[in-house]
Amino acid sequence: MSAFLTVDNLSASIRGNIRQRVLRSVSFSIDTGEVLGLVGESGAGKSMIGKAILGILPSAVEVVEGEIQLDGHNLMAMKQADRRRLIGATAALIPQDPLTALNPSRRIEPQITNRLVDILGWSKRDARLRALELLDEVHIDNPERVMGSYPHELSGGMRQRVLIASAFAANPKLVVADEPTTALDVTVQKQILRLIRELQTRHETAMVFVTHDLGVVSKVCQRLSVLYGGMVVESSDVPAFFGGPGHAYSRALLAATPKYTDPEASLLPVDEAVIAQVSGEVLAADEGWRHGA
Amino acid sequence: MLDGRGTLKRRAGARLWLSGIWLGVMALLALFAPLVSPHDPLTQDLFAGRLPPFWVEGADPAYLLGTDSLGRDVLSRIIHGARIAFSVALVAGIATALVGSLLGLLAGYMRGWVDVVISRLVDIWMAFPPVLFAILLIAVLGTGLTSIIIAIVVIDWTRFCRVVRAEAMNQSAMDYVSSAVVAGRPRMDILWREILPNVLPTIVALLTLEMGIAVIVEAILSFVNLSISSDAPTWGGMIAEGRTSIYQAWWVLAFPLGVLFLTVLSFSQFGEGLKDRFDPVLR
Repeated sequence: MSAFLTVDNLSASIRGNIRQRVLRSVSFSIDTGEVLGLVGESGAGKSMIGKAILGILPSAVEVVEGEIQLDGHNLMAMKQADRRRLIGATAALIPQDPLTALNPSRRIEPQITNRLVDILGWSKRDARLRALELLDEVHIDNPERVMGSYPHELSGGMRQRVLIASAFAANPKLVVADEPTTALDVTVQKQILRLIRELQTRHETAMVFVTHDLGVVSKVCQRLSVLYGGMVVESSDVPAFFGGPGHAYSRALLAATPKYTDPEASLLPVDEAVIAQVSGEVLAADEGWRHGA
Repeated sequence: MLDGRGTLKRRAGARLWLSGIWLGVMALLALFAPLVSPHDPLTQDLFAGRLPPFWVEGADPAYLLGTDSLGRDVLSRIIHGARIAFSVALVAGIATALVGSLLGLLAGYMRGWVDVVISRLVDIWMAFPPVLFAILLIAVLGTGLTSIIIAIVVIDWTRFCRVVRAEAMNQSAMDYVSSAVVAGRPRMDILWREILPNVLPTIVALLTLEMGIAVIVEAILSFVNLSISSDAPTWGGMIAEGRTSIYQAWWVLAFPLGVLFLTVLSFSQFGEGLKDRFDPVLR
């Protein structure tokens, strides 16, 4: 069976400066119902990949090479309007920051139902029932009240629940979760992760899970790709990765993860020699790419 | 007084009320000017020229704020002047807000060539000295209320455009806009239903500020006698006339100037108060 989402040799550059790549020939694929973790330091380009797939790259960045296949469609070859329609119907985003991801001047209900009514042609009543059902599914106790609230009346955890409900509203086949727990405090993080996993399993959604937290990856993902400087350093199955990463950078990253059982010994920075090695690889890849292009 | 939110709210309340009351009273006076003004603003009475206001010796209690050198009642002229000032403020303010905000929203949200064209236009526009520009426009359009309003819109749309563009850019970068894009909603729908409501408080604050500015511009144009017919009661015209007799009859200058000052101040304070009141986060 061919993969549900395939990203092949994807490069993105700063607009007007094709040599300055932010994504360096990224490739990976995800099957239906599978969760792929994208891991890396901040600035490694992990969010960019999710944005490139969904077509919401910032205006300063453009895709310069490569292909994205979503459910058998080549996104890069499609007209923009068709592409947006396809993404609207099959994909959804769980954004990073629940504070800015809900429109502060609108109530929750239309923010969940808008897309169902306007894009997918549901009746207002059906959309409302679906929204209530979803809020219940994300364990919100009083869905009626929450639907009539403004975002600022809800806590961060509640907002993230609403966003998750909203993302799964139209039964998407692909969800891009862009660091969905980073802005939340640790106790809430755990519940939210469990919730995402629960919905993902129930709806058999393919998922790109962007995070910098390897602990989260081990709980949520089946496979992962480690990124450095917009380049995939290593792709592997999760159990194999935690058994022993192949790349020196991955090993260093794993070693740098704080261990709550042993706080004294935990704060290991990534070794400079490893950084030099992986930066060298990035430069070499760029060199090769320039000659190829 | 204990938490920052509480104090902020209270302060916003006070200025909202004070400015609101002043503007409300002036608006009512303007609306019912023929009923409430004690005299006809145009009737001259050369025997009753330069009468001082009521508390000064030699005043005629029939003329509360005194008379000008032609014996016209200052109070009645101020009340009728409010009509012109408020018509200009409302119509010119709203028209300016519509034109400027629309262009600003488009530039800030669409970016690309739309933004380039609109932003360059704003840059060029702002290089003209505004008052000279207005005088030039009136010279071309001819005097009259409509010309003043057109002149204000033509000069001042850039104020809205720049601020609204920046605000629309801010809002466009928010995740909720990304989510709406991912959901496949049409761009114009996102602009109207997601971005506009969040830019609206800024537009309202600017609008009231703009109304104050419209009052000033109208006064300036009347001052240089480019507003409407010269004997029509305008605040700017009264200030111009009062200037010539400042040593003999200070009240002809002082009262319209004070009213003008308080009105413009109230407009700006009213806007700030409204903005705080309607900010969904501060509310």
